[in-house]
Amino acid sequence: MVNQIKLVLRKEEGVQRMLNTKDKIFQNLHGFEEPFLEGALKRGSWSNTNEILSKNQNDVIEMVKSSQLRGRGGAGFSTGLKWSFMPKDTGKQHYLVVNADESEPGTCKDREIIRNDPHTLIEGCLIASYAIQATKCYIYIRGEYHFEYIQLEKAIAEAYEKGLIGKKACGSNFDFDLYVHRGAGAYICGEETALLESLEGKKGQPRLKPPFPAGVGLYGMPTTINNVESIAVVPTILRRGSDWFKKIGTENNTGTKVFCISGNVNKPCTIEEEMGIPLQELIEKHCDGVDGGWDNLKAIIPGGSSTPMLPKNVCETVRMNFDDLKAYGSGLGTAGVIVVNKNNDISEVIERFSHFYKHESCGQCTPCREGTGWMYRMMQKLVRGEISPEQIELLENVTKQIEGHTICALGDAAAWPIQGLIKNFKSELIEKYNKRNLKAS
Amino acid sequence: MSNHPGLSNTFSSTGEKFVWSKDSLNSIKMIISRYPKDRHQSAVMPLLYLAQEQNNNWISIECIETIAETLNMPKIRVTEVASFYSMYNTRPVGKNLVQVCRTSPCWLRGSNKITNTICKETKCQINETSGDNLFTVVEVECLGACSNGPMIQINNDFFEDLDEENTKIIIDNIKNGKPNKIGSQKGRRSSENA
Amino acid sequence: MTDTSLIKIKINNKELEVDKNLTVMQACEIAGEEIPRFCYHDKLSIAGNCRMCLVEIEKAPKLVSSCTMPLMEGMSVITNSEKVNAGRKGVMEFLLINHPLDCPICDQGGECDLQDQAMYYGFDKSRYSENKRAVDNKNMGPLVNTIMTRCIHCTRCVRFATEVAGVPELGMLGRGENAEITTYLENSITSELSGNVIDLCPVGALTSKPYQFKARPWELKRTDSIDIFDSVGSNIRIDSRAEEILRVTPRTNEDINEEWISDKVRFNYDGYYQQRIDTPYIRKNQRLQISNWDETVKVLTNKLKASQPLALIGELVDVETGYAVKKFMQNFGEDNVECRTDNQFIHNNLNSFRFNTPINKIEDSDLIVLIGTNPKIETPIINHKIFKAYNNGAQIFNIGENISLNYETKYLGTKLSELENEKFLKNIKKSKNPIIIIGSSYLNNLKNVHTYKSLISFSHQFKLITKDKNNLNFLNPFASRIGQLLIGNTTKNHCEPFTKLLNQKFDTVLSFGSEKIADSSFDSYYRVYFGHHGDEGAMKSDLVLPTPLFTEKNGIFVNIEGRPQEARKCHNPIGSGKEEWVILKKLSQNLSYDFEPNTFDELREELFKKHPKLFEFQEIIHEDSSEPFVVEDILFEDCKPLKLIENFYMSDIISKNSVTMAKCVEEILDKPLMEKSA
Ligand SMILES: Cc1cc2nc3c(=O)[nH]c(=O)nc-3n(C[C@H](O)[C@H](O)[C@H](O)COP(=O)(O)O)c2cc1C
Ligand code: SF4
Ligand code: FES
Repeated sequence: MVNQIKLVLRKEEGVQRMLNTKDKIFQNLHGFEEPFLEGALKRGSWSNTNEILSKNQNDVIEMVKSSQLRGRGGAGFSTGLKWSFMPKDTGKQHYLVVNADESEPGTCKDREIIRNDPHTLIEGCLIASYAIQATKCYIYIRGEYHFEYIQLEKAIAEAYEKGLIGKKACGSNFDFDLYVHRGAGAYICGEETALLESLEGKKGQPRLKPPFPAGVGLYGMPTTINNVESIAVVPTILRRGSDWFKKIGTENNTGTKVFCISGNVNKPCTIEEEMGIPLQELIEKHCDGVDGGWDNLKAIIPGGSSTPMLPKNVCETVRMNFDDLKAYGSGLGTAGVIVVNKNNDISEVIERFSHFYKHESCGQCTPCREGTGWMYRMMQKLVRGEISPEQIELLENVTKQIEGHTICALGDAAAWPIQGLIKNFKSELIEKYNKRNLKAS
Repeated sequence: MSNHPGLSNTFSSTGEKFVWSKDSLNSIKMIISRYPKDRHQSAVMPLLYLAQEQNNNWISIECIETIAETLNMPKIRVTEVASFYSMYNTRPVGKNLVQVCRTSPCWLRGSNKITNTICKETKCQINETSGDNLFTVVEVECLGACSNGPMIQINNDFFEDLDEENTKIIIDNIKNGKPNKIGSQKGRRSSENA
Repeated sequence: MTDTSLIKIKINNKELEVDKNLTVMQACEIAGEEIPRFCYHDKLSIAGNCRMCLVEIEKAPKLVSSCTMPLMEGMSVITNSEKVNAGRKGVMEFLLINHPLDCPICDQGGECDLQDQAMYYGFDKSRYSENKRAVDNKNMGPLVNTIMTRCIHCTRCVRFATEVAGVPELGMLGRGENAEITTYLENSITSELSGNVIDLCPVGALTSKPYQFKARPWELKRTDSIDIFDSVGSNIRIDSRAEEILRVTPRTNEDINEEWISDKVRFNYDGYYQQRIDTPYIRKNQRLQISNWDETVKVLTNKLKASQPLALIGELVDVETGYAVKKFMQNFGEDNVECRTDNQFIHNNLNSFRFNTPINKIEDSDLIVLIGTNPKIETPIINHKIFKAYNNGAQIFNIGENISLNYETKYLGTKLSELENEKFLKNIKKSKNPIIIIGSSYLNNLKNVHTYKSLISFSHQFKLITKDKNNLNFLNPFASRIGQLLIGNTTKNHCEPFTKLLNQKFDTVLSFGSEKIADSSFDSYYRVYFGHHGDEGAMKSDLVLPTPLFTEKNGIFVNIEGRPQEARKCHNPIGSGKEEWVILKKLSQNLSYDFEPNTFDELREELFKKHPKLFEFQEIIHEDSSEPFVVEDILFEDCKPLKLIENFYMSDIISKNSVTMAKCVEEILDKPLMEKSA
């Protein structure tokens, strides 16, 4: 309720803010400038890294904490807080692992950072690693991103060559090694513990938690896993200060955010904006609106395939941040905004997601292995209008049987889209069934 | 059982021992050095890529055995990994592995039409290899280029912002041995609003 | 040392204090709350994949899998709420949607975890209206039958192969609903313990090939017994119907076999009934001819009236029989019974021929030296314990033949004197708990007592033998040996066994299941064979008397650690077989010798009076360590290691007659049968 009131206020204010160009962290998100070191230096990367590395490690963590940066990989957990869970001075090898698996349908933001502005990430890796006393960092990049992998390797080679990373990185006392590890086509490897398994040369099957990676992570050592964007914004936060970052967005939903908009808009794109930009504004301003006009909008999936869809009326008011979307029973997720207009069958959108989750289930635990297949087969029928109101209820029931009962969140991710569909369009689904039956008889 | 060459649990044999090339051996040294000393198993994925590259884009039983030997891993563990990840082909594929994204963001923008065009132009059905061995066509899940959908991947390259016409051109170019422009086919640099 | 302090928790609002290292599931068990499970097994690593063990933890938003959840101070666990029930019911439904409903024709029927749990958590009617998944069956060798459509992907079998058997040959290929369990390229599992996956599989996906469709569980009679096909004495359960054994499975004994048994005892029972001697035979006109008890006993009585007999004791002979033999042979003099027909070296007491480290303590060692032994084929259970030690970080050294085991060994060479190899000494000095295991291939060829004394001195020097432990172990693979040695069925000059005896003036040899009787050195003797199988020994003998198998009578065996246990009768002897003591009693009467016991129980009573320690079943017999030898000059003789057992599947006459074992040789050892059994 509280959130809704806030939203209304904002609308009345008629604020239409566009993120200031100079407040953009990713100055070369679209690659119009030189992506490598030469361009990066111009854009301010690596300008005073040495100074940052001379700060106390706890101070670095505190700064990130106070910026209220929340993880950009989906769950929105405070990045600074996560770092603070790392044990200190253990004498063990600590690791930073950067999650560049980017496989959530609707998401293609890390790709832009990696291929067009890789040094923001590399510098972020160095600083974050320093903060958590990790002298080694692996970037796990999805296998399909071959070009991005080549770009990244090239940028890393540059950084090594210029002494920015490696022994005595940036002239500091910190030795730091950075490696890239390629995935090979498995969405589940974006889940942080499956990612660690994969990095250790095994099938990407999520681990049981506890123990958590901060205690027992990669090779059994203390490990932090962060999303590419979470890490790539860190250098700028430290350079411009957490207050600057906090001023953008709202309390606890601070900073800039890279949104990727796909589906039925006139100009799909990936864009860095202020956290909390109203959804409709995002689409109208950056994508030239919905294909067929706003009134042709059916629903929007706001944060990648796993976040439940929002009906049109909600799309008109909601702001794109963690808490507001949560209040509507959805989530910011990866900020992969998928727009569906009325020309398309919304149930087929979800059916295709169901296929995706069935295809990507690792097969380890029962509810996910068996449930994703069951849901997909029911969704197929649903698209054809073959399932009765009782069976729709059964379908919803099955999603509840999976949700919360699996080892990792893939099970939840597979259940939510269907729940969102049924919640918003149940009567339509029933109508579809009735119509088909009428025809049949 | 999936027919996708990357997601099959059965492996084929070439009947000949797989021997690392000199280049591969050099790469292996470099790859292994990225992981801790007693953690050579971490190199299994890069080595599978390496073997696949050397073995005409697929992993044979013999590749698995050689990798197991190189990394001192049980063969079943290598097999598990090779069968788990979709990018390791467990049977021979055509020169150009055409992967059409079928997931909702691309579908919303017409990936169906792209699939049809490709099947028609390459004269092969999904999961099949064309008679001239030039193409294998598969449908894949989201490749992470949603703002540029519909899109396909051919071997290592992404082709984005597709429609029926430019898709046909891409396939024709391959047939005629002409180079293709990778990335957006509608003149976008990356995924800017344009 | 892990801190095992207690913490306070609540389970279903009942307060209790438990070890803080336990999982929620273990704590629930202590509280008497049964938690359903499929993937969890206390001998395997925790997988947490079946999700059947869900419980509610107060204040946690989601249900958690209790098998994976560590305890925390003040934790409040609920196992019986509506939410928990619904969660488990959901999991159960998922397990069943792709599981065939073929219980009536499934060998697991009646003993299936899934079937049992479905009674509690199943739905009356399937809500799944799609086609069930079909999965191709996989070859896993001659022992394990697979019906993979029934597999519930618990991965117990995979974990067993990797963690217990130490043969990482099983795996789960693919992912999602296409995930399949298989061996690499569908090869046979090469472990001597492979059959245990059958017990572990909670459903009927992995079943026994030989037992296939043989019986339903409720038709079977159960007998608790022990494995006599090696010296470990694994505890087994034998299922029989009428006069036929249909199945052998393990009984849990944490001190010995935990819950595993070797494939030999599990599967060689078809050999019990092949080539049986079912009636007395007598040699006439150079040919063995069917006879009867009256005739043979009469002939033997007359023979014994005027002869000097020697008795040999075989490898599968119970202590009571040995005792009866000893008792009988005393009538003819001394030093005329021998069980060490392989020339095993022993010294003066029990500690010089047994495995002194308790089997369940092997895994605590950090350095193990194998000398002239292949524990993998001689005693797979001991090998498993060595593998456990290895997994805990122990180094394993090997002297003798350079064998390959299922763990990494450091090879020192063939000579016993390698024990004094500089590098090795460095390691043993650092070791906190070293173990030496010296096997038959050396023990049977040692000539010099000084070598034995050197071994003892060496062991004192490097703290293998201390006030409270003795880690110098002698490993002999035969079930009968320790018991027979204990009651003294050997020559007085301990280090000079069998070969020495042959120089004495015997003219008749009575063999109790020892094939050694076929040896050409007995060509001039009158040969009498007491046995159950028509082996070489029987073929060469002049008189053959049928005796029962270990499953056809009761009998004590003392295992390699010195632990008396009982093998029990499952059914009556085949044919006209008679227990040895009965025959010997009859002969005694004919010859007017004393043989007081009238019943088996009386015989046992007499035995216990003489050897009271045998009476304490399951207790390791304690014997004080011999005085520490202090030989100034530690000197190890060179001796040629000679292998005793080459082929795990065919190490005794019963296994040699088992068709199942023959298939193992063919399909697992991958060698032509003829070559092996020759
Ligand atoms: C099935 C699944 C897939 C995921 N995929 C990704 C991914 O592709 N990229 C990513 O950064 N995080 C992904 N996550 C979230 C990660 O587990 C993890 O929370 C994240 O990398 C943490 O980084 P952050 O704190 O910077 O957000 C995924 C989670 C799940 C359950
Ligand atoms: S075969 Fe049996 S033990 Fe192995 S995973 Fe399947 S159900 Fe579990
Ligand atoms: S018994 Fe706990 S998840 Fe299987």
